[in-house]
Amino acid sequence: MVSFVSGAYILSALLFIFALAGLSKHETARRGNQFGMAGMGLALAATLLLVLDQLSSDSYDTTSAWVGLVIILVAGTVGAVIGIRLARGVEMTGMPELIAMMHSFVGLAAVLVGYNTYIEVAELGVHSDAVHNAEVFLGVFIGAVTFTGSIVANLKLSAKMKSSPLTLPGRHQLNLAILVVSAVLMVWFMLADGWVGMVPLALMTVLALVLGFHLVAAIGGGDMPVVVSMLNSYSGWAAAAAGFMLGNDLLIITGALVGSSGAILSYIMCKAMNRSFVSVIAGGFGSDGAVSGEARDYGEHREIQADDVAALLTDASSVVITPGYGMAVAQAQYPVAELTRKLRDKGIDVRFGIHPVAGRLPGHMNVLLAEAKVPYDIVLEMDEINDDLPEVDVVLVIGANDTVNPAALEEPNSPIAGMPVIEVWKAKDVIVFKRSMATGYAGVQNPLFFKENTQMLFGDAKDKVNEIVAALG
Amino acid sequence: MRIGIPRESRPGETLVAATAKTAAQLVALGYDVVVEQGAGTAADQPDSAYLDAGIDIGTATDVWTSDVVVKVNAPTDAEIGLLRRGATVIALLAPARSPELVERLSAAGVTALSMDAVPRISRAQSMDVLSSMANVAGYRAVIEAAHEFGRLFTGQVTAAGKVPPARVFVVGAGVAGLAAIGAAGSLGAIVRAFDVRPEVAEQVESMGAQFVTVDMEQEVSSDGYAKEMTAEQEAATAAMYDEEARAADIVITTALIPGRPAPLLVTAETVAAMQPGSVVVDMAAANGGNVAATVTDQRVVTANGVTVLGYTDLAGRLAAQTSQLYGTNIVNLLKLITPEKDGALTLDMDDVIQRGITVSRSVEGGGATAEIMWPPPPVQVSAAPTGETTQVMPVEKVPPTPPDPRRRLYAAGLAVVLFLALATLAPASFLPSLTVFVLAVVIGFYVIGNVHHALHTPLMSVTNAISGIIVVGAILQAPIDNLAVQIIAGVAILLASINVFGGFLVTRRMLNMFQKG
Repeated sequence: MVSFVSGAYILSALLFIFALAGLSKHETARRGNQFGMAGMGLALAATLLLVLDQLSSDSYDTTSAWVGLVIILVAGTVGAVIGIRLARGVEMTGMPELIAMMHSFVGLAAVLVGYNTYIEVAELGVHSDAVHNAEVFLGVFIGAVTFTGSIVANLKLSAKMKSSPLTLPGRHQLNLAILVVSAVLMVWFMLADGWVGMVPLALMTVLALVLGFHLVAAIGGGDMPVVVSMLNSYSGWAAAAAGFMLGNDLLIITGALVGSSGAILSYIMCKAMNRSFVSVIAGGFGSDGAVSGEARDYGEHREIQADDVAALLTDASSVVITPGYGMAVAQAQYPVAELTRKLRDKGIDVRFGIHPVAGRLPGHMNVLLAEAKVPYDIVLEMDEINDDLPEVDVVLVIGANDTVNPAALEEPNSPIAGMPVIEVWKAKDVIVFKRSMATGYAGVQNPLFFKENTQMLFGDAKDKVNEIVAALG
Repeated sequence: MRIGIPRESRPGETLVAATAKTAAQLVALGYDVVVEQGAGTAADQPDSAYLDAGIDIGTATDVWTSDVVVKVNAPTDAEIGLLRRGATVIALLAPARSPELVERLSAAGVTALSMDAVPRISRAQSMDVLSSMANVAGYRAVIEAAHEFGRLFTGQVTAAGKVPPARVFVVGAGVAGLAAIGAAGSLGAIVRAFDVRPEVAEQVESMGAQFVTVDMEQEVSSDGYAKEMTAEQEAATAAMYDEEARAADIVITTALIPGRPAPLLVTAETVAAMQPGSVVVDMAAANGGNVAATVTDQRVVTANGVTVLGYTDLAGRLAAQTSQLYGTNIVNLLKLITPEKDGALTLDMDDVIQRGITVSRSVEGGGATAEIMWPPPPVQVSAAPTGETTQVMPVEKVPPTPPDPRRRLYAAGLAVVLFLALATLAPASFLPSLTVFVLAVVIGFYVIGNVHHALHTPLMSVTNAISGIIVVGAILQAPIDNLAVQIIAGVAILLASINVFGGFLVTRRMLNMFQKG
């Protein structure tokens, strides 16, 4: 039976790899998801079979074994119902929050599994080997950091917590101290026998929870794409650590896949912002950004009204829309899609330019536009659109700011210097939708607003796009 | 205020300053618009078109007594006499070449705005008449040449033999030159082009033509216009012009220097050496011409059968199109000087564009004469680099010292030693798991590395679901004979299954939304 289950696990691991590979392209993405489901179903079925098999043999106490089975079924069903309800009900703009919350579940589950493993061994009173102890310790540590980190990320994304970075004095030293103390506790835990180990384990758990909270609290709202994918990575490593402590290869493989995928995504995000991973994780970015360029005179900006924008769009032959987080906040994706349809019906070439870190989740804008039924083949990446911008008649910047800031290329002293941006100012006309002249997340003034070919359309993005749609007739 | 659109009085003029469409746009700015009877007939804008758009048709008197008179050509003396004191006239006045016109406008006490004096800055592009007219003229020059040329432009291999493509040489890569390059290229000709400003080579190549280079010192233009060349430069380029023109079937010259006669680029000897049937279109004919054989406004055939076209009304030959563009330029200007959209014209002398086009300004209260505002202070095109700034700001880019490659090697060596030491100390059962782990990490990197950016969110939610695999660990712990462990395992199962089911479902929901257009 054990061999059969191992075989099933190998198959599920393969299916998971296919799932991730399938998600690399639009054409194969749906099949990839189905592979993932199949893999998960196979793994669950095999595990249940294993449990039932052991029930019939006498390796477990029969009563508690039956209780266990009931617990598995009840907890699994309740979890499934909650999960399905969450998945059905979530707004696409709320996707970042949901994903952050689900990371926290994996983190907490990893902590609980780690504790269970420890209790199981401690109860027997045998001398456990140090390597196994280290695995348990690391699993709980990573799980706990993921848990509180994800909760903070969720709160920040759902605006229940201030999204500006929390900057305690000596915050780097604080993080370092927690790491050092945890390492000392790990040595203690590795050498401890029986229940004594509970002390370092519990102490470390508290410290790790604090660390997770503090790490993410110190990172500002605009860096959330990196944070979410980083937490994704952590949740994978936590699963892998659980695999080590249980000696379960499926958990190790899956955890490693998820862990490395999250790491890669974080790396891509950081590269898109031209920042090192460490500087994002260490946090505090943007808190001192307002200093730069404060005293500079940027000149005057020009305002435009919705009906003039409509006239401008009607005369254009090529239009590019660059959305940002502001579009998500204003829920403007449906009017934008409507505008896109109207313009395309008039024979105007409409494309979207998406910056890799636009929004609060990697690929957030793509999901919102897809929700509003914008065809994905006109939604292009920054690199694909940048070369074409000089030939574009009108660019609509909807709720984006730092990702279209020319200062990143032109001002070496700017806090966002060197960050690749969508070079919208090269187009003939640029219309910036904005609520006011306030600075973006990075606290940097945007010289784009004062360029000669830029006009500002103030107000709520959704209302304004609707007005333009109405004016187009 | 009332805007009057008169019929152009210059003989042969086909243009009109406002089409039905642009007149309606002027009405939207709050103006009353009256168009003189028959003003747009030659530009395919019959009176009925205006009436359909809700625009009034009036007599010459109605038009000339308006508050603002918008026309194409400069008003004649008689027309100036019809203007009210304090009125505004907008037209192509060419103030640099006609100081006496400026005097007369000033004496008549009118505000005069010259559309051909718009400074060449990005913000003013939408009202740059010279650009929009040059664009149309450049296209028409190619069409005229094709009409005269006895052969096809495009190269073909037919059953009746091979047809070589026409060779077109364009001199001057301004708006007209670029338009000519584009039109000739799209007809299938091989296009070569030259301009004294080396910085336009990129634009020429972007239009699909080859840029001809001459070995010499060249200046970067600071005001957006080409400058007249020095004697040595001229000598160096003369040979090139000669060589290129002899090889070409079609030569189109567009070289103009503002406020001065056009430079003579193609000599009589060069034309004499061209193949019979070749065509030369001299777009600078109005200013004297770039070609020795040019006769202004005439078609000339030389002794060796080369046709030289000196038409100056190339833009006017596409009257409907040019009128529409001119009208739109006018609308854009009036948008600028009617900030409140209330039909009240207000000039702001602090604005570079408005200052630049104002030739004369009537004095408050309707004084006898208008103040002469010409010439305006010079405007620099900001994009052109100047020698000064490059010296003030030396590029202090200290390359980061590359890390010592040996240090990397040492670090790698140390890591290997440490790892081997750990592996030796670790129990044997640990190593197979580690093998699996390391390989899985590598696979993860390769599989995720080429994920399309648009799919990052679904990818995250699917990995989220997959990391719910930790449920397997919790399930295996549930039957253990310890109630505390069982309860904890139950909670873990619950949490992990939320992930599993929620993650996959939400991914499916998202993926179903992605549609191809």
